[in-house]
Amino acid sequence: MTPPTATETTPAPPETITLNMGPQHPSTHGVLRLVLELDGETVRHAAAHIGFLHTGMEKTMENMPYQQAITITDRMDYLSGMNNNLAYCLAVEKLLDMELPPRGQAIRVIMSELQRIASHLVWLGTHALDIGVMSVFFYCFREREAILNLFEMVCGGRMTPAYIRVGGVSLDFPVGFEERLAAFLSVMPTRIDEYDDLLRHNDIWLERTQNVGHFSEADCWRWGVTGPPLRATGRPHDLRKISPYCGYEQYDFEVAVGAEGDVYDRYTVRMKEMRESLKILEQALTALPDGEHLADDPRVVLPPKERVFSEMEALIHHFILVTRGFPVPAGEAYGCIESPKGELGYYVVADGSEKPFRVRVRPPSFYNLQALPEMIQDRLVADVVATIGSLDIVLGEIDR
Amino acid sequence: MSESAEQPPEPSAPPRSQIETELRILRRHCPDAILEVTEQPARDMHWIEIRKERLHRVASLLRDTGELGYQMLADLFGVDYPEREDRFSVLYQLYSPGRNQRLYLRVRVEEGEAVPTLREVFPNADWAEREVWDLFGIPFDGHPDLRRILNPDDWEGHPLRKDYPLVGRRPVLLFNSVKDVL
Repeated sequence: MTPPTATETTPAPPETITLNMGPQHPSTHGVLRLVLELDGETVRHAAAHIGFLHTGMEKTMENMPYQQAITITDRMDYLSGMNNNLAYCLAVEKLLDMELPPRGQAIRVIMSELQRIASHLVWLGTHALDIGVMSVFFYCFREREAILNLFEMVCGGRMTPAYIRVGGVSLDFPVGFEERLAAFLSVMPTRIDEYDDLLRHNDIWLERTQNVGHFSEADCWRWGVTGPPLRATGRPHDLRKISPYCGYEQYDFEVAVGAEGDVYDRYTVRMKEMRESLKILEQALTALPDGEHLADDPRVVLPPKERVFSEMEALIHHFILVTRGFPVPAGEAYGCIESPKGELGYYVVADGSEKPFRVRVRPPSFYNLQALPEMIQDRLVADVVATIGSLDIVLGEIDR
Repeated sequence: MSESAEQPPEPSAPPRSQIETELRILRRHCPDAILEVTEQPARDMHWIEIRKERLHRVASLLRDTGELGYQMLADLFGVDYPEREDRFSVLYQLYSPGRNQRLYLRVRVEEGEAVPTLREVFPNADWAEREVWDLFGIPFDGHPDLRRILNPDDWEGHPLRKDYPLVGRRPVLLFNSVKDVL
């Protein structure tokens, strides 16, 4: 055999292969489909294919009375239903110029912080699972279960609570709830330490998350990336602090920030956020005001049951609110909150009727995911999985 | 540095608006862009309706003028008003992180009329414009990759239009080839 000549050994121009990932890939967190163009193990180009869960939720909401449409909102980001309820209700309440009673506000804060912890627990469990740390998942879901049980106790719903309503919340806390919440708050800090111990000293975890998936602050603004990925760059951008809603200005908490903007920083930011949420919960529970959980606003709020059963006017009032809904004065308003994933906003256009004319959702995951191809450009395939996990996307709200 | 030297007193100025600086800069650098200004300060809502030909210039001005700093396109979406002659509104929600200020730009178009793309100014307009095209059928001039994004590629019609039916059945293409995604 003759030795190969020089021309034969000259490396050919790099050949890329096209790799399809998803929509059934276990680490794409739902039905995300990525197509990667690979040069060896390096990603040269990536594109996402979304829309597998599109069910026209915005259109459905246009055809429902305002109060009923709440049940659609918690199906978008199904890991943080309470937060979705809240953002939508804030927008409608702005249109109605409503004032909420302090107890209703505090209950909303308690629910959205519990939901934040629950959502971060799902993120932590699945993210660790993707990277190869299996046991964290079981622990995270144990605590998430405790939170979902608390939700069930309050409103009967676990994933899709529809608990936060226009005007407040649907029901007051049941007997015994505050004690169970206090019991949860007493064990949770040690549990968070437990997860941290499982990961912080784990070499595989550190190797696979540090210096991976960098994104600078300027890039985040450019791509509309909000939430933990933005805070991981060191920018303390948290709507609870900079434009408080539901009385968040009364609570003492810190905004978790990172420094590098890599996958590891997003992890530390979310871990700190869970601890800060516990701080808020402690404060809200100890200072839980007495009073009504619903606003005193007959335009929107049903009359009390005793009056419905004894007074004709109250019965008619109840009947009209339930069968027709309430009209909302024409106008446009935007309600936005800091959801576990980022800035979640509802832009509601009202035309004076009982149904919204247009509901636009600003899903944080939609914009966070859009930046993914730039984050993984020229990185290794293995980093793709770590980066997707660190963005904490939910396809339900991307596709709507 | 004295502040009074920077801000010459304006005679008979109306009550200060939160977006006064924005309007002043736009009127100076792009005088024919603004069609209408609507404000609801109590709800922190400010809309500027602009001529669509000036959209690119207005967005660049708002982004690049240091004292404004609208660095983020927070959202981009359409609204359909079937009774109106220029049927669609496209809204751009801009956000200035430094000032924690939100501002809405509004462009009105007729059916079939195109809106210039903002992809060069804000890269995240890419998917958002595809979504508006998909759901409303508003084309974006200069968008290099204007495909459907939420609905399947072979879908007919634009579901968020008011005249699109709420229920109905049709076969759906769910999975297209790798080449169509890239």
